[in-house]
Amino acid sequence: MLTILFDGIAYGMLLFVVSCGLAVTLGLMNFVNLAHGAFAMAGGYITVILVNRLGLPFLASLPLAFAFTAIIGAVFERTLYVHVYTKSHLEQVLFTIGLVFMSVAAVDYVMGSQQQFVSIPSYLQGQINFFGVGIGRYRLLIILVCGLLTVALQFALASTRFGARLRAAVDDARVARGLGINVNAVFAITFAVGSGLAGLGGALGAEILGLDPHFPLKFLIYFLIVVTVGGTSSITGPFIASLVLGIGDVAGKYYVPQFGSFVIYTIMIVVLIWRPQGLFSRAVAK
Amino acid sequence: MLRRDMMLGAAALAAIFASPATAQDTVKIGLIVPMTGQQASTGKQIDAAVKLYQQQHGTTVAGKKVEVILKDDGAVPDNTKRIAQELIVNDKVNFIAGFGVTPAALAAAPLATQAKVPLIVMAAGTSIITERSPYIARTSFTLAQSSVIIADWALKNNIKKAVTMVSDYAPGADAEKFFSDRIKAGGGEIVSAIRVPLANPDFAPFLQRAADAKPDALFIFVPSGQGGTFVRQFTERGLDKAGIKLIGPGDVTDDDLLPGMGDAVIGTVTAHMYSASHPSKMNKDYVTAFEKAYNFRPNFMSVGGYDGMHLIYEALKKTNGDTDGDKLIAAMKGMKWESPRGPISIDPDTRDIVQNIYIRKVEKVNGQLYNQEFATFEAVKDPGKTAK
Repeated sequence: MLTILFDGIAYGMLLFVVSCGLAVTLGLMNFVNLAHGAFAMAGGYITVILVNRLGLPFLASLPLAFAFTAIIGAVFERTLYVHVYTKSHLEQVLFTIGLVFMSVAAVDYVMGSQQQFVSIPSYLQGQINFFGVGIGRYRLLIILVCGLLTVALQFALASTRFGARLRAAVDDARVARGLGINVNAVFAITFAVGSGLAGLGGALGAEILGLDPHFPLKFLIYFLIVVTVGGTSSITGPFIASLVLGIGDVAGKYYVPQFGSFVIYTIMIVVLIWRPQGLFSRAVAK
Repeated sequence: MLRRDMMLGAAALAAIFASPATAQDTVKIGLIVPMTGQQASTGKQIDAAVKLYQQQHGTTVAGKKVEVILKDDGAVPDNTKRIAQELIVNDKVNFIAGFGVTPAALAAAPLATQAKVPLIVMAAGTSIITERSPYIARTSFTLAQSSVIIADWALKNNIKKAVTMVSDYAPGADAEKFFSDRIKAGGGEIVSAIRVPLANPDFAPFLQRAADAKPDALFIFVPSGQGGTFVRQFTERGLDKAGIKLIGPGDVTDDDLLPGMGDAVIGTVTAHMYSASHPSKMNKDYVTAFEKAYNFRPNFMSVGGYDGMHLIYEALKKTNGDTDGDKLIAAMKGMKWESPRGPISIDPDTRDIVQNIYIRKVEKVNGQLYNQEFATFEAVKDPGKTAK
């Protein structure tokens, strides 16, 4: 029972790290980035290359996965995304889904279509028995990393000068510019961090979710559900939503395996009927 | 009027010159496999094996040139059907072959019947396929073959309580059914039958359920791509230490992916018709040639393709190059030969493959993971048909 709860939390946390970047770009920058999963995949493949081919320790490769994906994100933002910020949502969707297909084909060509496995060090394998509850070490690591990230993100957005600038830039870019805020730079940094987080999520998730070139398409639905259910105006919304969905998904599959795969969708439908703006959202959309 | 006749005549002349007599001397094989999408590794393996076969055996049989036309269906049945139709009608192929997944083979089956074109199944593994047309022959395997044999092996080795865990699609249901029936018939018990959604990100809850049922063994069938993820979570959860044996058909420990799966997979016992470490001279030569040419390890899909080509070549020799569908299928029935996987034959009654099924255990050999065969069940027919 508690093991299920634990697994659910770990799964939820993982969902959160991968999709919070999407919440940031979608909610704060009002930009529909369906290619978000491609950045997560990039993080996963970077870890595979670093750990399996270059022999770096797994833990050391995690920050690198974050950094590399953030750089890729920044480059894409400056060269490609910047042109579609002001376009309609439909154009953004078409542009980013195109990017997804290109990333799938590119990774397939370079790395092959087979599943990739990251070599996890032995001290992260297996379970610890904690008062009769089996706790997977790797899942514990996920919970720790993701917990820390959540706190850091919430702090950065709510209490730092950068967070305030970002919120200002989003609410009214023109006025923000007038006040001397470099809106473009703020957006670029935010986008890079969001991509980096996705990359970190992909790196952590490769072990549990599997990693192949179709990763961005397979998990797109999950990211979108998290963001829809959680609402996009804060970090806490997607966080709570990820936990609810993670626990719901794992528990549903354990107790009613016949309907296991529907639980996550049922939760989404119920929440959206009850609160169409998502769990935690300002009552009035912009 | 005259002018139109002249144009028609010119067109007819042009047609004659454009398609010289070679049409009579060429045998065309339409190879339809998934080269993109999630099943792409199947296509890659088969395509590589087919090319290797032609390199080794030449492209001329019974005085005719054999030409392979490779088409990608992405494992989508609609595409398969459309491509098969185009190949038969426009390219006038004499064989269609390949078929990465069961639905793709089923979609093309009616076309084989209508056009009287032999259809060679090189990959898909559900029992019913060969019953869908009298022009279908199979060189891969059926899931029933390996599922029944692993059940026999389990019963012999005192495994009485088993949990089955299969992906929720046709081959998974097949594997589950044949394994469970055999175990129950032998006095064993299936404590829990778990079906996992095909696109499943995390096995954790299902594995926890299996662990709580405390069986002697866990029977697993997932598409080969998911095998590695599954086995790693199996050991992460400590099911191996709890004394639960992991058994299943060989798809889980696919040779294509095995090297990257990590040591967690060591000790997994599977039943299958081919392992890259099969200790025959023919197989050693095959693996060496294959790895040299393509730089990756051949898996069970590749031998399906390799033997499929052999079947086509031999049938053509028997008919002396005659490409009549009925004659070709008749020639294939009962054909016996030595394959890299061991001795195999085509069942004259069902046109399905008869082959040895080996029990293998994953071990580390020279620093690489291999399925090491340690027991053989000889000349296994498809139990999906003998049961009837």
